[in-house]
Amino acid sequence: MKTTNINFIGNRNIALIFSGLLSIISIITLSVQGLQMGIDFTGGTLIEVGYQKPADLTVLRTTLDESGFADATVQNFGTAKDVLIRLKLQEGVSSADLSTKVLEAINKHTAEPASLRRVEFVGPQVGDDLAQDGFLALLYSTIGILIYVAWRFEWKFSLGAVIATLHDVIVTLGVFSLLKMEFDLTVLAAVLALIGYSLNDTIVVYDRIRENFILIRNKTTEEMMNISVNVTLSRTIMTSLTVILVLVSLFFLGGEVIHGFAVVLLFGVFFGTYSSIFIASPMALILGVSPQDLIPDVKESHLDNLP
Amino acid sequence: MQNSYPLWKNALILLAFLVAIIYALPNLYGEDPSVQVSSNRATPLAQPKADEIQNLVKSLNAPVKDFEFKDGHVLVRFTNTDDQLKTADLLRDKMGSDYTVALNLAPTTPGWLRALGADAMYLGLDLRGGVHFLLEVDMDAAAKQAEERYNDDLRLALRGANLRYQSVAKDNGFIKIKLKTADEKPQLLALLNKDFHSLEVTEPEAADEVWLKISERELKETSKNAVAQNMTTLRNRVNELGVAEPVIQQQGENRIMVQLPGVQDTTRAKEILGTTATLEYRLVDVEHDVQKAVEGHPPVGSRLYYEKNGQPILLNRQIIVTGDQIVDASSGIDQDGRPAVFISLNGVGAAKMGKLTQANVGKPMAVVFIEYKVETKVVNGEKIRHKEKVEKVISVATIQGVFSKRFQTTGLDSPQEARNLSLLLRAGALAAPVDIVEERTVGPSLGQDNIDKGFLSFVVGFVLVVLFMAVYYRLFGLIANFALAFNVVIVVAILSMLQATLTLPGIAGIILTVGMSVDANVLIFERVKEEIRNGNSPAASIFIGYEKAFATILDSHVTNLVVAVVLFAFGTGSVKGFAVTLIIGILSSMFTAITGTRMVINWIYGDRRVEKLSI
Repeated sequence: MKTTNINFIGNRNIALIFSGLLSIISIITLSVQGLQMGIDFTGGTLIEVGYQKPADLTVLRTTLDESGFADATVQNFGTAKDVLIRLKLQEGVSSADLSTKVLEAINKHTAEPASLRRVEFVGPQVGDDLAQDGFLALLYSTIGILIYVAWRFEWKFSLGAVIATLHDVIVTLGVFSLLKMEFDLTVLAAVLALIGYSLNDTIVVYDRIRENFILIRNKTTEEMMNISVNVTLSRTIMTSLTVILVLVSLFFLGGEVIHGFAVVLLFGVFFGTYSSIFIASPMALILGVSPQDLIPDVKESHLDNLP
Repeated sequence: MQNSYPLWKNALILLAFLVAIIYALPNLYGEDPSVQVSSNRATPLAQPKADEIQNLVKSLNAPVKDFEFKDGHVLVRFTNTDDQLKTADLLRDKMGSDYTVALNLAPTTPGWLRALGADAMYLGLDLRGGVHFLLEVDMDAAAKQAEERYNDDLRLALRGANLRYQSVAKDNGFIKIKLKTADEKPQLLALLNKDFHSLEVTEPEAADEVWLKISERELKETSKNAVAQNMTTLRNRVNELGVAEPVIQQQGENRIMVQLPGVQDTTRAKEILGTTATLEYRLVDVEHDVQKAVEGHPPVGSRLYYEKNGQPILLNRQIIVTGDQIVDASSGIDQDGRPAVFISLNGVGAAKMGKLTQANVGKPMAVVFIEYKVETKVVNGEKIRHKEKVEKVISVATIQGVFSKRFQTTGLDSPQEARNLSLLLRAGALAAPVDIVEERTVGPSLGQDNIDKGFLSFVVGFVLVVLFMAVYYRLFGLIANFALAFNVVIVVAILSMLQATLTLPGIAGIILTVGMSVDANVLIFERVKEEIRNGNSPAASIFIGYEKAFATILDSHVTNLVVAVVLFAFGTGSVKGFAVTLIIGILSSMFTAITGTRMVINWIYGDRRVEKLSI
């Protein structure tokens, strides 16, 4: 790939307006539709059973209804032979041995007993803790990034990187909310991995900007940024492609359990790549980054050496 | 020479590679379904017993793959799970309750690797199947029990010191002592100061009263001990259940994680782990009127209980023997065919029981079954923990003669109840009730599915990246691919050395690492290309490319690392596994992608002049 010369920074307003709109739409979706929180966070019981033949969901639903599990949701999981049964934390019912009762109930009326594939029960206390830990992880990783980037670069870069990363997280979560996929612990892990990835991408561009600030003197900040984004463009795209390759493999072959994980990272890598090119540097520019922020103050040291 | 590594550097890289291969190797060997037999008594299995078991297994006619006796347990390997399950069932019947027969997956790592300390990664429950429980210890109950204990101890101490009191009672977090006369208060305070300094003393306005409160520190200590004792008890119970390689860990302040690989019968596991059942032996109070007690006037020194049939009965407040004085218990059938628990007491318990039965021949004695039940319910959107102490008198029998150490207790509903009770008595009581707050069960078929799917997506993802790199960067791409493979080997080797638990998200982490770890090479190669475009010689381009890319790689990888570490700190269970693979992957990719590829590139381009690089 030859070095390109696309005026990314000059046309920053288009990208910023586009991203602004995307973020607003995502926030609206997230607040209206919300995320389909999995039982990891809400608490509840989830039972996956497998049959030899495709399962008749209607029969299962009526059976559960009759046995007093009216609020159970029953759906196929991956294949027609696998069934996922979800139960909310129930009013006035102890939840620890719910799974046993459910399994007894569904085996009562079907000719072939279901084979239990997995049971997950999360009590309300644990659900709250997991949600809290997840939130704290997001918070602390953001703070960690702010500090590290501010230390290695400068606070304007740091803020720019965090804004670009948060943009990726918000938009990805927006898409996830539109897809109505379940947000569980694994997906949360993917979101954090996404933060790491998106940041990694942004830092590579910033690193080049810093280098060019020192090397090139006769150009404006905007021009220098543009050069930096362009020379790193092929790397940005290459790395994204390799990551997307493994994610595609994971998405198609990794099984249902890992689906949400793969989806979040696929969209995340896409938006992360986009934001490192179109958002991160303009953000730093808007915040007022100039070469003086990074170049060691020559004048002062010169003065020091005067007799 | 810019582009050559000194010999020691090359040797070091190759050595790292060799070590990584050796420690990753055990993962290529599979696992045998096997049955593990061990003693659940203090003395470990000895050679003669092991031979006996071997003969027993032989007589069962199961096709055994291998028979091992090591570290006090016998391991019988099979070629398939059917033989394993069949033999395990037969062995359980034959071995009796002194031995634990557990299902296990024994690694087939060859001896020379095991001698080097190389073991395969530990597979998480989502890959091997099993149950995971998170139990929460009820700290309020632990505090209440401590109060109860002090209450009893105080009465005894007061009596021992000849201090006359009107009452010693628990009230609103305080233990309130009311003396007969205020004159004896100084002696009381002196006694408290001497023997009960963990209690905080308050003197209320009433001159004959002293209020006591358990200090914060003491309470904390009590809770800590309750969790520690519960862990011991749970460990005993799990051993009784017959599980190979259980994991029992404290999590946070008051939670205990229990992982039972291979266990499928979660109902029984839950029953055994969660219950706080114990026994108490008390004399029946025959001197007072039961009816009066039912009406709300129990006599001093006695308490009202109910029998199984609902009949009220008065029992002495003083306990003869409690569950923690029971050293052994087994279940069976008594002469009349009723389910019974056969009990052995320790020295203290036996002495007490002996003295009491001697003095009370012909009088009735009651066995009280005590069970704490904790349930979490949601009422009006509020989460309420509901605690219940169930006490029922399971049997009342006339003391026929003097007995002390060994005796039997009947009155249980079923042989199953007798079996569970004897197990619980053997394993010891929980110091405080526990509540199951999380359960995750994975069936064996799903576990294997997850392994297969994880492995397949890894292979496909790896091949895709390798092809892509080779096509785009040609020879340099091939070198990067070598580094990539090296990186995967290192990640697996380190995970194996740490004996980290591999989970499905962990596999996803390795796959993600494959995609991300070529990043360092992409950075370097793009930089080399740039230098060539700037008109530098191939050799100089390689040198400058590596040099300049290094700072970038460092900064970008460290930020990624910061996030992975946070994920590790806050993640639980399988997510932690993901974070671990990510952290190791990021670190080792810096080594392989920078140093590993440089070594090979130096070999190829280092000492010759070339016009063009294959990049």
